[in-house]
Amino acid sequence: MSTVLLIEQTLNGLQFGMMLFLMAAGLTLIFGVMGLINLAHGSLYMVGAFAAAAVAGATGSFLLALAASLVAAALAGVVVEMTVIRRLYDRDHLDQVLATFALILIFSEGTRWVFGSFPLFLDRPDWLAGTVMLPFGIEYSLYRLSIIGAGLVVAAGLFWMIARTRIGIQIRAGENDREMIGALGVNIARLYTLVFALGAALAGIAGAMIGAIQSVQVGMGEPVLILAFVVIVIGGIGSIKGALVGALLVGLTDTLGRLLLPQLFGLVMAPSAAMSVGASLSSMAIYILMAGVLIFRPSGLFGRARDAA
Amino acid sequence: MTEPILKVEGLSKAFGALEASRDIWLDLRPGEIHALIGPNGAGKSTLIQQIAGGLAPDRGRVLFDGRDVTALSTAARARLGLGRTFQISSLAMEYTVLQNAVLGALGRRGGVFRFFRPVMRDAALLKAARAALEQVGLAGVERVRTAELSHGQRRQLEVAVALTLRPRAFLMDEPMAGLGAEGTRAMTAFLRRLKTQAPILLVEHDMDAVFALADRISVLVYGGIIASGSVQEVRGDPEVRRAYLGEEGAP
Amino acid sequence: MRRERSLNMALMAVLLVFPLWAWSADEPFLITLSTRAVIFAIAGVGLNFALGLGGLVSLGHAAFFGIGGYAMGILAYHAQTYTPLMEWPLLIEGSKAMPVIWAVAIMASGLAALGIGALSLRTTGVYFIMITLAFAQMFYFFTISWPSYGGEDGLSIYVRNGLFGLNTMDPITFYAISYGWLVVVLFVVSRAARAPFGLALSAARQNAARVQAVGQVPYRLYLVAFTISGAITGLAGALFADLNRFVSPTMFSWQTSGEIMVFVILGGVGRVFGPVAGAALFILLEHLLGGVSEFWLVYLGAILLGVVLFARGGLYGLIAGREVAHD
Repeated sequence: MSTVLLIEQTLNGLQFGMMLFLMAAGLTLIFGVMGLINLAHGSLYMVGAFAAAAVAGATGSFLLALAASLVAAALAGVVVEMTVIRRLYDRDHLDQVLATFALILIFSEGTRWVFGSFPLFLDRPDWLAGTVMLPFGIEYSLYRLSIIGAGLVVAAGLFWMIARTRIGIQIRAGENDREMIGALGVNIARLYTLVFALGAALAGIAGAMIGAIQSVQVGMGEPVLILAFVVIVIGGIGSIKGALVGALLVGLTDTLGRLLLPQLFGLVMAPSAAMSVGASLSSMAIYILMAGVLIFRPSGLFGRARDAA
Repeated sequence: MTEPILKVEGLSKAFGALEASRDIWLDLRPGEIHALIGPNGAGKSTLIQQIAGGLAPDRGRVLFDGRDVTALSTAARARLGLGRTFQISSLAMEYTVLQNAVLGALGRRGGVFRFFRPVMRDAALLKAARAALEQVGLAGVERVRTAELSHGQRRQLEVAVALTLRPRAFLMDEPMAGLGAEGTRAMTAFLRRLKTQAPILLVEHDMDAVFALADRISVLVYGGIIASGSVQEVRGDPEVRRAYLGEEGAP
Repeated sequence: MRRERSLNMALMAVLLVFPLWAWSADEPFLITLSTRAVIFAIAGVGLNFALGLGGLVSLGHAAFFGIGGYAMGILAYHAQTYTPLMEWPLLIEGSKAMPVIWAVAIMASGLAALGIGALSLRTTGVYFIMITLAFAQMFYFFTISWPSYGGEDGLSIYVRNGLFGLNTMDPITFYAISYGWLVVVLFVVSRAARAPFGLALSAARQNAARVQAVGQVPYRLYLVAFTISGAITGLAGALFADLNRFVSPTMFSWQTSGEIMVFVILGGVGRVFGPVAGAALFILLEHLLGGVSEFWLVYLGAILLGVVLFARGGLYGLIAGREVAHD
C-alpha cells in the first residue's frame, strides 16, 4: 500500500469527520440547551440537500445553492420548533423520540411527494472541480479539501460564538441551569428557537455539501444521523469539543478501517476471505470504537458524568 | 459500653477544591438516636451518601456491624441491614402503599428473579408489609396510590418501607421536613419508640425535635465535625453557639 | 381495570374470528395481513417488556428482530442447500424444523440482548437511546457487507419450515401457529409483570434509588428485562422471516426499530396487551391509508404525532382510561 493512498484516505476520513461534526454539533447543542433528542435532525440535512439541488438546478449557482440550503433548513427548523418541538421540551425522552420519528415520516414522504423517488444531482461548481497538488506529490480533490476547510471554519466560528458572544453566554448558562437563564431575563422561547434553527442550518449545509459528492435522495439523512449519534456518545453529550473530536475519530476510523482492515487480514488469510472478513469488520469498526469508549468512559470523552448518571 | 453498630472512620471527600467531608469520625450505638446537625451546605448530604453507599469517599472507611462496607454498593449495604429514608420522598409513586411496602419486604427476603407467582398474593410478603404499615399507622390506606398520599403520609411510608427490611440501623435524612407541628410531634414520638428496635442516625433541621430526641449530637460545619456529645454538652459548646446555633437563632 | 380486561378479551377475539372469516371467505391476503399483525404484536410485546415495565427506551430492537430472522434464514438456507452450517469443531447442520429454529432464534437474540444490554445499560437516558440505535445499525451494515448469506439482497427460502408435519404453507395454519405464540408470549409476560420480578422492575423505572435502598440492583433487573425483551422480539423475527420466506438487512434497519416502538405507543405503553392493539391498528392503517395514497406514511406520521402530543395513553388510554392498573 502506498503512502499516497494512506494520506488520501486520511484526508477522506477528515472530510467525512467534518461533515459528521456539522451534524453532531447541532444535535449536541440542542440536547445540551433544551434537553431534546431530535431524530428529525437527519430530515433537516435532507431538506438542505434538496433545497440546494433545486436552487442549483434553477440558477446554476453553487453559492446560491449553499445559501438556499442554509435558509431552507433553518426555516424548516424554525417552523418545526414552533409547531411541534416546543411542546416536547418538558416531555420524557420517549415522547421526544416518537414525535421526532413521526416528523421523519412526514418529512421523508412529503419530500418524496414533491420531488419524486428519483435521486437528484447537485453538481460541484467549476471553480471547485478538479484536484490540487499537495506536498509529497499528493493529488487531492479540491472540493473535498474545501469541505474540510469549511468544516474548520464553522468549528472555529462555533467555538468563538459560544466563548465570546452574548448568545454563547446564554447557551452556556442554559446548559448549566435552565432556570437561571429565565432569571437573567433572557427570552427563553426565542433562545430555544434560535438554537434549534442554528442546529438545523448546520445540518442543512452539511446536506448540501455532501449532496454534491453523493446523490440527493429521500432517506439520505438518517444513516448520517445515526453516525452523528455515535459521535455524540463518543464525544459526550453537550460538548462541542467532544463533537469535534468524536466526529474526527469516527470519520478516520471508518475510512481507514475500510482501507486497512482487509489488508491486515490479508496477512493471515486468503485474499478473498480477507476481503470479506475485512469489509464486514470495517463496517462495524466505529461501533466497536463506541463500545470501547462506553466501557471506559460511559459518559463519553468530554461528557459530564452528571448527564449519564 | 456496647459495641457501635455503625462506625465512620476518618472519612474524607473533596470535590475539586471543596472539602465536603474532612476527616470525619462518627459512630452509632444500639438503642440510641445520634443526630447530625449543621447549617446548609455543611456537607450532611455528602456524608449520608457516603455512609449509604451512593458516593465513594476519597479516604477513610465505613464499618457496619464490625464489617468494612466502604467498597460495597448501596444495595449491598441495604441487604446487610442499613435502612434508609430520603430527604425527598423516594417511593414508587404509581404503586399503592401496600405495593411499596411489599417491595421492601421482597428486598429483605430476596428472590426478585422470580417470574411466575403473583407477588401480591405472597402471604409471607404481605404479612411483613402489613406489619410495617401497621407500625407507622398507614394500615388504613394500603390500597391508596402513593402519588395520592399527603406529604406526611409519604414520610411515614418511607419509614415503613425501611422497617420491612428489619434493619440493624436506620439512616434518616430529615424525616420531619415539611411535616408541620402536629406531624413533627407524632414523628418524634414514633422515632423515640423506634430507636429501641434499631438505632437511628438522624439528619434533621428541626432543632426542637433534635433536642427532644437525640441521645448524642454531632455538629458538622464546613465538612468537619466541630463538636460531638450529649445535648447538654453541644448546647453549651461555645464554638457551636458561634458557628451554628447563633446563626439560626436557636437556644 | 375491568374495561382494560374486556378490551384485552375483545382484541384477542377479533384476532381469532377475523382470520377465520377470511379463511371461510377464501381471502388468503387478509389472513396474511392478520399474520403480520400478530407477529408485529409479538415483537411489540417484547419491546414493551423493557420499555413499558422497565422504562428502557430501546431504539434498537430491530437488532433482535433481525437476529431472529437470520437465525431462521441461515438454518433453513443450509438445510435447503444440504450444506452444514459448521464442520469444525463440531458438525452443525441446518434445519427446516420450526422448533429448532425458534429455539435458536430465541437464544441468539437473547444472547445479543444480553451483550448489547450489558454495554448500553451502563448509561441511561438519551445515551441509551442513541447507543441501542447504533448497535442495531451495526448489525445492519454487517449483514450488508457479509457476503455469505446474500449480503444486501438477503436470503430466500423456498418452502416454509415444518412443524409436526402440518401444511405450514397454508396461510391459516401458519396464522394459527403465530397466534398460538402470541398467546404464549402474552401469558408469560403478564405473569412476569405481576411476579416479584415485575414489581421490582417497574419500581426501578419509577424510582431507582428506592430499589437500591431495599437492597436490589437496578442494573441487574434492567439487564434481565432487556434480555427477555430481546429474546421475544427475536422470536417474532423468526416468525416474520418464515411468513415471508425471506430475510434481508431491512429487518435490522432503524425504521424497523421505530415501527416496533410505534406498535407499543399506538396501543399504550405499559399495558401488556397494548402492543397487540397497536400492531393491529398499524396494519389496519397501512392497509386503509395505503389504499388512499402511495404516501400513506405522511398520514401515519401525522397520526403518530397527534397521539404523542395529545393522546399519550394510546388506544388503551383512550378506551380503558389513563390509569395503568397494578395489582
